[in-house]
Amino acid sequence: MTSMTMGLATPLAGYLLVAALLFAIGLAGALVRRNAILVLIGIELMLNAANLNLIAFWRFGPHPEALTGMMFAIFSIAVAAAEAAVGLGLVISIYRHTNTAELDNIDRMKG
Amino acid sequence: MSPIFYLLAALTLAGGLATVLLKHLVHAALAVTVAFAGLALLFLQLDAQFAGFAQILVYIGAVAILIVFAILLTHGADLPKEGVFSKTWLVGLIIAAGVFAVLGWAVLESVSAIPQQNTMPAVTVRDIGNALLDRYVLPLEIVALLLTAATIGAVIVAMHEKERPK
Amino acid sequence: MAANLDQIFILLRNWLVSFLPAALRPAAGVVLGVIAIVCVFPGFFALTTVFERKGLGRIQNRIGPNRVGPFGLFQPIADGIKALTKEDVVPLSANAAVHFLAPLVMVVAVFMEFAVLPIGRNMVLVDMDAGLLFFFAMGAATELSVFMAGWSSRNKYSLLGAMRAVAQMISYEVVLLLSSVSVVMITGSLSLPKIVAAQDQFTNGFPHWYIFTPWGLAGFLMYAIAATAETNRSPFDLPEGESELVAGYHTEYSGFKFALFFLGEYLAMFSISGLGTTLFLGGWSAPFSFLPWVPSWIWFFGKVMLSIFVFIWLRGTLPRLRQDQLMNFAWKFVLPFTLLNLMVTALWRFMGEGWQRWVVCSVILVAAYVVMGRLEMRREHFGPRSYRYAE
Repeated sequence: MTSMTMGLATPLAGYLLVAALLFAIGLAGALVRRNAILVLIGIELMLNAANLNLIAFWRFGPHPEALTGMMFAIFSIAVAAAEAAVGLGLVISIYRHTNTAELDNIDRMKG
Repeated sequence: MSPIFYLLAALTLAGGLATVLLKHLVHAALAVTVAFAGLALLFLQLDAQFAGFAQILVYIGAVAILIVFAILLTHGADLPKEGVFSKTWLVGLIIAAGVFAVLGWAVLESVSAIPQQNTMPAVTVRDIGNALLDRYVLPLEIVALLLTAATIGAVIVAMHEKERPK
Repeated sequence: MAANLDQIFILLRNWLVSFLPAALRPAAGVVLGVIAIVCVFPGFFALTTVFERKGLGRIQNRIGPNRVGPFGLFQPIADGIKALTKEDVVPLSANAAVHFLAPLVMVVAVFMEFAVLPIGRNMVLVDMDAGLLFFFAMGAATELSVFMAGWSSRNKYSLLGAMRAVAQMISYEVVLLLSSVSVVMITGSLSLPKIVAAQDQFTNGFPHWYIFTPWGLAGFLMYAIAATAETNRSPFDLPEGESELVAGYHTEYSGFKFALFFLGEYLAMFSISGLGTTLFLGGWSAPFSFLPWVPSWIWFFGKVMLSIFVFIWLRGTLPRLRQDQLMNFAWKFVLPFTLLNLMVTALWRFMGEGWQRWVVCSVILVAAYVVMGRLEMRREHFGPRSYRYAE
């Protein structure tokens, strides 16, 4: 237990906990909501939490001048934007075919 | 840890929670924008200036607008009859709580082993530019190809299909 | 003496701040700078409203407002009193929270843009290493407020106006960014004071402003087109054209909130003109080397006022572009030309000093402009007329 309380004293732990909580909130959003767009929003929140993790480790890690964490985060932002675009295009296309964006109603392959 | 960190963390988490809990989709999209802004401010507090401004430019300036356009194009503004949470919401919540428990335990148990440093050499945009074309040129080129493919793919997927002559 | 007049605001700030203990001085200096920005630029906004109405009036062969004060100069005071005392009507079915927040988000984002503009020698509020990126990030935040305003009003005209405005703004934002990147390439820094300092040199009395180079001229023209579209000014003002959409995304706003939108739009115009002068017109540097006795901030404001005058002139002269014409223009002409400009800038940089690079770059740009312009002017192929009669 002492290592746990000692862990809380460092600023890095604070950022990592915030990132973990945000990740869990994003995951809950992706699993709990009906609408397809909210699932995509949940995924974006998860990616953002991972970015926060990367930047926090870059800042408090051993070699910040190597810029590894920052580069990884920048590429992650770019890839997340691309994935959001394609994902939302897919949702719009599904809406055109099935006239609904609720994931529970898209069950034509059921049974 | 400074009070500013607590304020920004509270703002970000409040935005995230509001996104998941709000019934109206457009309100949820605006709440996630608040979460993105809070994260950008956290990046700025961590001395990652470029990442913070890129976050505002890309996420708030493009992804949030994309989400809002998609909500409008799929008529998401009308509330569904059966409610906004799916039938299996409890399982999802338990899974998310489990994931947070594991991550939190990992953070608290092991963080004392990482060397902490509080002074950092100033990172200029010039360093980032040099790194992008020096050590990270391969990811840069691949991301360029990926973005091109994503643009073309998104347009093809969302395009109106031509009416076939009957 | 001339140097003192140039630095008079800095000296004034240092004198005012010296009354405070040393620990509070940096914060107090920044607060004084913020107060100065918040007082000066809305003052210019008031002056510009009169300037615009009288200018438009003269272009349209009529006199503008001339009742309130000499030459109508106190008109903004009358407008301000009207805006403040008008009843604030909010539609019953409107989303109250978002409806309230939209003008606030816009005005806050636009005011933040002024923090990185170098208004004079040593007169920048925050000298950020990535200043240009910060400016564009705040510009991106403005688009969200436009959408919030249009959607929360529960009015089809507002929503339509907001969607058109956002589509237009995101298309031209890419052009804005790319035309600034060519300046960044040549200067080697994203920091705005450094960009001005790089243009503050003279050869044979002629300044090193980037607009006097071939790529700079092309870049400035593309930047000006994109800036006109970003601030929804005519000829790109379909989102708020009165004959089209009542008032677009700010239809349902009245009184002070409408005044805030108006303020936000004009301040956005000022800040984008300020950035354009910083990037291409040399910021606060004088046009000729024998004019250093004129203070630097007078040059900056003079150039910004010149840009505003050109905006007003364009509004009074050119007809409005239709939405699909504007989007075609952006994606099919302006963006490819800006990409070509970027490559020509790189060519300029690597050809080294000499007259060859002037000739080569100018020829490439002019040829591309002519070819791309001709490609855009495809004549529609009209087939022979056919008639269908009712059977």
